[in-house]
Amino acid sequence: MSLLEIKNLHVAVGGRNILNGLTLTVEKGQLAAIMGPNGSGKSTLSHVLAGKPGYEVKDGSVLLDGEDLLALSPDQRAAKGVFLAFQYPLEIPGVATMNFLRTAVNAQRRARGEAEMSTPDFLKRVREIAGHLGIEQEMLRRSVNVGFSGGEKKRNEVLQMALLEPQLCILDETDSGLDIDALRVVSEGVNRLRAPERGMIVITHYQRLLEYIVPDVVHVLSKGRIVKTGDKELAHELEAHGYARFTDEAA
Amino acid sequence: MAAIQETVDQVRRIDVDQYKYGFETLVESDKAPIGLSEDTVRFISERKNEPAWMLEWRLDAYRRWLTMREPNWARVDYPPIDYQSYYYYAAPKRPALASLDEVDPEILRTYEKLGIPLREQEILAGVVRPEGEEGEDGEAPRRVAVDAVFDSVSVATTFKEELKKVGVIFMPISEALREHPDLVRQYLGTVVPVTDNFFATLNSAVFSDGSFVYVPPGVRCPMELSTYFRINEKNTGQFERTLIIADKGSYVSYLEGCTAPMRDENQLHAAVVELVALDDAEIKYSTVQNWYPGDSEGRGGIYNFVTKRGDCRGARSKILWTQVETGSAITWKYPSCILRGDNSRGEFYSVAISNGMQQVDSGTKMLHLGKGTTSRIISKGVSAGKSSNTYRGLVTAHRKADKARNFTQCDSLLIGNKCGAHTVPYLEAKNASAVFEHEATTSKISDEMLFYCMQRGLSAEEAVALVVNGFVKDVLQELPMEFAVEAQKLISISLEGSVG
Repeated sequence: MSLLEIKNLHVAVGGRNILNGLTLTVEKGQLAAIMGPNGSGKSTLSHVLAGKPGYEVKDGSVLLDGEDLLALSPDQRAAKGVFLAFQYPLEIPGVATMNFLRTAVNAQRRARGEAEMSTPDFLKRVREIAGHLGIEQEMLRRSVNVGFSGGEKKRNEVLQMALLEPQLCILDETDSGLDIDALRVVSEGVNRLRAPERGMIVITHYQRLLEYIVPDVVHVLSKGRIVKTGDKELAHELEAHGYARFTDEAA
Repeated sequence: MAAIQETVDQVRRIDVDQYKYGFETLVESDKAPIGLSEDTVRFISERKNEPAWMLEWRLDAYRRWLTMREPNWARVDYPPIDYQSYYYYAAPKRPALASLDEVDPEILRTYEKLGIPLREQEILAGVVRPEGEEGEDGEAPRRVAVDAVFDSVSVATTFKEELKKVGVIFMPISEALREHPDLVRQYLGTVVPVTDNFFATLNSAVFSDGSFVYVPPGVRCPMELSTYFRINEKNTGQFERTLIIADKGSYVSYLEGCTAPMRDENQLHAAVVELVALDDAEIKYSTVQNWYPGDSEGRGGIYNFVTKRGDCRGARSKILWTQVETGSAITWKYPSCILRGDNSRGEFYSVAISNGMQQVDSGTKMLHLGKGTTSRIISKGVSAGKSSNTYRGLVTAHRKADKARNFTQCDSLLIGNKCGAHTVPYLEAKNASAVFEHEATTSKISDEMLFYCMQRGLSAEEAVALVVNGFVKDVLQELPMEFAVEAQKLISISLEGSVG
């Protein structure tokens, strides 16, 4: 069974149709890149998968491991293993990052009927992952994302992703606002999470990110539909010639 | 449906169902005749075996009160109060208890239900230690001495003997009037005069109990002192009076908690708290206020009209007010500091949470009279439901208050779009060297923020509680450890639909 099966998905926001019959499959162990011009529906797709309020699903279905994802609330989806790395991570003043991480881990465990993680195990795990991502302990004591640089915010997203061990990772323009060094660290963090049971969707404008995170498959999104699917060479082609010929075909 | 809407709906549902202290205790009680008159005042004074001067003091207050008008400047709206429809004195029968064993078991069970460890051995056994600190410093367990006030009388005070050894007096004020009349007389009404305001004057006439604390010079009170107030009888007003005196160079930390059963009618609470800090003394006064807030339609709930004031009478003295206000239908409360002594300091930390139809008008006054006096105000208001939440503050520097300094920060957080938050700061400097700073922010819990938390696995309620607790963190960390944990839970309960 495929990990994620999206069929004929139609989604509107504020009465405007954004996704128009999108069909997409992500297999276990697969890393799928989704590329497309501004306004093609990339972020909408990531939000709908994670269950953000304000999106009206008019038609179509989304199955995760055969289960209807659209029927679940955002926190239920998270507990099922859907993780969205935000393009713009939110700030939560007064809530220490470490406390936030622990609350999230234990909330998901409770939702799955598992025991909470013990404090020593939790701390050990956070330290290990933080070490890989070059995250200082001091940063974990600060309030969630408050006063973080763009790079720190994105590293924090990858830290959460690694800690929560999701089935399906969705990275929404994780490369935006990153300098080349931060991009490398974040990409290494993502690559470390590639696993036979885990699917990943990497949403990006630019081919640059895909130099570091090499996709198994590249989909081109235009006007709310997948208009072209290919291998990683497709990304190079897009970089060289732009989106125009695909978007024109879609029109 | 937007997440915020769900939260608002959940919040809306809680009022009645979630107020977990809304039970009634069935004990026989001895009540004054309904209504207020000179006879009522005499009745109370007689029941308390008070000295003659005390009765005169009360009658003076009562006659003054008759000439006064209820204040109407606060941003709260309620139907006229019929002062003749309340009972001004209600005491569980079997008064004058020699030990805890004589307390009506029903009352003890009430306090047990509230999670208040009255029995000393429970206090000794039920020690809550901060995580990870066990056995590190070999410090003795923290203990709390409790004075429990049920309707109009104090039913039990713990650790009295042990406190006595270091010279600390901690007892019901009615008892102090008999055992230490000179001490009470010297200080009573010197911070909040009999004529101060409508509600304080009413309290002066009819107060029936409350706590009295005296800490002798140079003594650091060895444990937290605490009073739990509970209104139980129907149509009963509670008018407690607390007087705390910290003599030169002493220190005391005092905690106050309160609950009430659910009633359709509003019940009246008009307390007066007076604090006196002499040279180099420090008083830390913390409140977790959880009176019944009324139901979702605004029926019932406590009217809370409280006058709290501290007098930094001595040089370098310090008074800290910390309050977490989650209950009451109406809150009218401005714990204040008179910074009389040179270089004295006042601090006010407040979290006021309003939900349902609750109305809060609360804040503080920092009156800088002495040289080099400093004050700090941190106020956090959280409004949900259809509630209204107002911060009202006054900071003044009088002519002789050279180099007075104040820093004020008022932050408001809104949940949903039917509530209101208001900030009304008054600043008045009559001395050119005074420096006042005021910062204020208003923010909303956004859908985006809730979605971010929920995407990580938190339920809507957990997400709101997390964000709110982050918002009020600066204040909660000022509370003693035991209270901080309780307050955190209380905040979650008062804002969540499913918890509690």
